[in-house]
Amino acid sequence: MLSDTDWSAIRLTFELASVTTALLLVIGTPIAWWLARTRSVWKGAIGAVVALPIVLPPTVIGFYLLVMMGPEGPVGRLTQALGLGVLPFTFAGLVVASVFYSLPFVVQPLQNAFEAIGERPLEAAATLRASPVDSFFSVVLPLARPGYLTATVLGFAHTVGEFGVVLMIGGNIPDKTRVVSVQIYDHVEALEYAQAHWLAAGMVAFSFVVLLLLYTLNPSGRRA
Amino acid sequence: MKTRLAPLFAGLAALGLAAPLHAAEVQVAVAANFTAPMQKIAADFEKATGHKAQLAFGATGKFYAQIKNGAPFEVLLAADDETPARLEKEGMAVAGSRFTYSIGQLALWSAKPGYVDDKGEVLKKGAFKHLALANPKLAPYGAAAVETLTRLGLLASIEPRFVQGENIAQTFQFISTGNAELGFVALSQVYEGGKLKSGSAWIVPASLHAPIRQDAVVLAKGKDNPAAAALVKFLKADPARAVIKSYGYAL
Repeated sequence: MLSDTDWSAIRLTFELASVTTALLLVIGTPIAWWLARTRSVWKGAIGAVVALPIVLPPTVIGFYLLVMMGPEGPVGRLTQALGLGVLPFTFAGLVVASVFYSLPFVVQPLQNAFEAIGERPLEAAATLRASPVDSFFSVVLPLARPGYLTATVLGFAHTVGEFGVVLMIGGNIPDKTRVVSVQIYDHVEALEYAQAHWLAAGMVAFSFVVLLLLYTLNPSGRRA
Repeated sequence: MKTRLAPLFAGLAALGLAAPLHAAEVQVAVAANFTAPMQKIAADFEKATGHKAQLAFGATGKFYAQIKNGAPFEVLLAADDETPARLEKEGMAVAGSRFTYSIGQLALWSAKPGYVDDKGEVLKKGAFKHLALANPKLAPYGAAAVETLTRLGLLASIEPRFVQGENIAQTFQFISTGNAELGFVALSQVYEGGKLKSGSAWIVPASLHAPIRQDAVVLAKGKDNPAAAALVKFLKADPARAVIKSYGYAL
């Protein structure tokens, strides 16, 4: 059935998706809040940048990340100057890539949830002398809970399902960058269809169950 | 879709952009490592015969799966000798049409000039973080690289620093962007007109690994296509062989 390398790929995939999702919720919240509230002329441009990974082929993202994070690229020069080395072929590199790649799947549901709240609850909180920080945590976050559920599930599931970017910058190293999608690809290419099926069917089942839970628990999540 | 495009094709033909009537077209699946020489050969082929060769480049394993599932390829230039043999055995290729069109040479290459010495001593010194190679499970050049390191007694010490490309083109990308200091590629990727295009390289002696025999075969779909037969004849003739050699293949 599943070999040790398959299990190690599964473990690594869940680690990557967990770390990525946690980071995305932290990074995505202020971006989504700003996008939901701002009247700035930059709103369109920033929103477009956040949405880019939806339309760009993963090979384009992967190729540019490889070049930019490489020893001659701007990001690579920065990480080297900070004593971190270069990011491709490392777990940290995969996290950085996945955060960028899954960003819209977290920011957009949060932004929709924030927009749906509107001005009135915040105005009400302000008249009760709640500080902006207080009202964010005691008014906005509870009201945006469905948005957070959608963002968490989509961010996690999308990272689990990512392939092209990881393939381009991962280098297929066991326990470090060989995630499930790459492992499936290798099985298929090597004509090991039986092993490929176990992993691939597992992935289909996992994705279905996760989305089923999301849509059952959170019927409005589809639109949020 | 077809009917809408028809006037467009008619228009192109009228403009003289489409192939002349007597010429046929042949769909060729080409191993990724043979991309550069094949583009040159296809252009020469068109000039010499009037036939047109439509090229698709990719991994041999993928082509195998596509051909088995009805892909319209008529000739396959594989990266190995096993895939054409298997297709012939399975009745997907024309019996007796197999031939070796090139023998690949493995090179240890770095994008940095002077990094790789011409004896491969850099492998023993081991002052590198990443060595790139094509996935040995999937790519003949990757398997040859592992075989070479095994013969040199260096596999165990270098394996933890492996980064694998899914094919030889991706492996080249890892090295050319500097993310891997060095790696094993096909000499044809870094060699043109009888010399190295950039960086530094060690051409791995053929004695260190089994020959990377690359075979071609006419597929069942190309059986009656005169352009397929013409292309095979063209590949076997001296001018094409000279091109193949100039890109760093043995023959």
